[in-house]
Amino acid sequence: MSKKVAFIQGNEAGAYGALYAGCTFFGGYPITPSTEVAEVMSVELPKIGGKFIQMEDEIGAMAAVLGASLAGAKALTATSGPGLSLKQELIGYGCIAEIPCVIFNVMRGGPSTGMPTGPSQSDVMCAKWGTHGDHPAICLVPASVQETFEEVIRAFNLSEKYRTPVMIMPDEIIAHMRERVVFPEPGEIEVVPRKSPTVPAEQYKPYDISFGDVPPLASFGSGYKFHVTGLNKMQDGFPTTKADIVQAEEERQVRKVNANVDDIVTFEEYLLDDAEVAVVAYGSTSRSARYAVNIAREQGIKAGMFRIKTFWPFPDKQIKALAGKVKGIVIPEMNLGMCSLELERCAQGQVPVLGIFRVDGEPINPDQILEKIKEVK
Amino acid sequence: MSRYELRFSGAGGQGLITAGIIMAKAASIYEGKQAVQSQSYGPEARGGASKSEVIISDGPIDYPKVTQCDALLAMTQEAANKYSHDLKEGGVLLIDSDLVIDIPPGNFKTIAFPIINTAKNDVGREIVANIVALGAMVALTGQVSRENAEKAVLSSVPEAFIELNRKAFSVGFEKALAASA
Amino acid sequence: MAYDYEKYIRPGKLPHIWCPGCGHGIVMKGLIRAMGTLNLKKEETALVSGIGCASRLPGYIDCCTLHTAHGRAVPFATGIKMARPEMNVILVGGDGDGTAIGGNHFIHACRRNIDMTYIIMNNYIYGMTGGQFSPCTPTGDKASTTPYGNPDPGFDLAKLAIGAGATFVARGTAFHANQIDKLIVEAIQHKGFSVVEILDDCPTTYGRRNKYKSVIEMMNRLKEIAVPVKAAEKMTAEQLKGKVLTGVLYKEEIKPEYTAEYAKVIERAKAAK
Repeated sequence: MSKKVAFIQGNEAGAYGALYAGCTFFGGYPITPSTEVAEVMSVELPKIGGKFIQMEDEIGAMAAVLGASLAGAKALTATSGPGLSLKQELIGYGCIAEIPCVIFNVMRGGPSTGMPTGPSQSDVMCAKWGTHGDHPAICLVPASVQETFEEVIRAFNLSEKYRTPVMIMPDEIIAHMRERVVFPEPGEIEVVPRKSPTVPAEQYKPYDISFGDVPPLASFGSGYKFHVTGLNKMQDGFPTTKADIVQAEEERQVRKVNANVDDIVTFEEYLLDDAEVAVVAYGSTSRSARYAVNIAREQGIKAGMFRIKTFWPFPDKQIKALAGKVKGIVIPEMNLGMCSLELERCAQGQVPVLGIFRVDGEPINPDQILEKIKEVK
Repeated sequence: MSRYELRFSGAGGQGLITAGIIMAKAASIYEGKQAVQSQSYGPEARGGASKSEVIISDGPIDYPKVTQCDALLAMTQEAANKYSHDLKEGGVLLIDSDLVIDIPPGNFKTIAFPIINTAKNDVGREIVANIVALGAMVALTGQVSRENAEKAVLSSVPEAFIELNRKAFSVGFEKALAASA
Repeated sequence: MAYDYEKYIRPGKLPHIWCPGCGHGIVMKGLIRAMGTLNLKKEETALVSGIGCASRLPGYIDCCTLHTAHGRAVPFATGIKMARPEMNVILVGGDGDGTAIGGNHFIHACRRNIDMTYIIMNNYIYGMTGGQFSPCTPTGDKASTTPYGNPDPGFDLAKLAIGAGATFVARGTAFHANQIDKLIVEAIQHKGFSVVEILDDCPTTYGRRNKYKSVIEMMNRLKEIAVPVKAAEKMTAEQLKGKVLTGVLYKEEIKPEYTAEYAKVIERAKAAK
């Protein structure tokens, strides 16, 4: 039997990816250019007995998602820049209380209302530094409609595996463009279930580190009773200000991700073996970059591309190695140099990092990248 | 390279984004090619400038936007003025002859017929002008077969409007052939 | 016979953080009695709060407890109730948490009529942060941020809930301790969004700034201003000046409950599939 295919938008693919991953709850608030995610979920979730709720605001949507997740549902919200800003406090709540969920954020021009229908890549720093305090951050940046479908599944898997909110951030071009998607059969892509407790209810502690850095999470209403707070907490979930416990718990929460970078970080290397110029790109911009690299090769220039698929944690190790073998790095991005700073940090001065930064709501075209490739001496 | 670039442009509410989607769907789902459709639009649901871009190729498509346009549909004078500059030499320009009075200069083939009035008078409903235009674009570009394009049209419209759209597509296709002969 | 409060108290979590003379403990005891009357199963009951003194209450109660962020108890609880409509969902919090930062969520939960019970301890002040005025502080009163008297008019919390569409609204006071559990029992039994406002006292940050000489004086005031709804029917407007009505202020059973309505959405979606 041939597989089901459809010609759909990135946003729609994201919603179908969530359903494939076992999402049964969506809490959202309408915002351009992400609204199609909510629309698809409002159609599809009740068909499988899932729940869709349009909340009164972005913060309420994030809160509902966290509440539903604590009650055992795999939960999704979708938003865009201004909404992401509003959700930040509760994203931090999800981090400290260690509640899995997925935030699908479509990057549009900013700050503030900015350019609601214009593409941008200027939320990538907000994904890591948006909420206050030290916390883990995982952020995926898909570059096609098919990849959006697949990466939403991975986002859910990572959120369950590491018991933390995960962001997926397509830019507006990826979110709104249409491509063919081939839907995998059930079972074809791994779906990670929530790690539930195995101990009797009376022994259960929601942050029991005897189970490792990622303790099992029970659900409200499943026979377990426990306490959850946004305060610094002990293993039993109750607040504490004891210095040694707070320090150890904070470090554990960040270590969950930082000690597993190799499991989380994904990237694509394109024609890099003999490359003298490396274009580092992500999201829709990587499509322009690949086009430019192909033309550069036709013209005898040894160019290649490193495509970032996981923005956070950042591929530090790979970029450092890359900087050690090329003459220069070119970074096109639809912001004023966010990834560029990370590249400079990782390259440690080994090679120049040349940026192409656009915030005018227009995509970076291949010609601009080709021109910059030629500047690397 | 087999990359072929189309742009459907005009005013918001003319259904051009839909026309672009159907063209891309015809190529991607029915013709066995690869296709990407993207769009840009203003805050208005009706009126304002609107464009839908479609890239069709035998292989993977990287850059999803038009670099040098092979075929342009312009349903307003503003769109014709704005988007004909990157139309390729030897490319195709399809315009609504009632709405685009000043034909932009260039080394491309211009085909003109009253698209909206054709929808109104020959098909019976102005609302299907976008499908008339699509039929014409299919005929003029040859990127997808008439049969596959028609399948894409019929799979994209509500059941009650299948015959209306079939007719619109067919009339557009024939008119374009006649106008370019 | 003395009531056995131990059943719903979390072992080892007392003493509580509240000041001597604060009414929150009275409300907590009322809630515990109500839970006991209804014999609520701990594993099937979620107790959700925001931030503030009153919002520390769930930590002391032995059930599924969630201490959320400031103002966000209602939307967290909404997520829980949607995901598991079979759970009993009770919210507790203060006037600032519920009607200022959480005010938007509050009115929308009233509008949806989602089956949860929200107990708001209204002590007219932000106690935890040291006594700033809240949307419920009476005009003219002193707070740490109204040193010249409060220029803001206050909310009538119960009227706000009724106006926004809640289908059960009651009011009690920390003085009338024996009434609290009865109001909460009726609220929990009500199918829809129920609000129980408990007029409360904060001797530490409100009383001392507003010339109350003692906790007893504050309690006496609650006693004096409270007029049961039934009694009020026989009173003139002049007699009711400066009084507040207590008891069940509003109740209706016509408006559909939200999770039941969503169950119908599921039925329709499945039928259309």
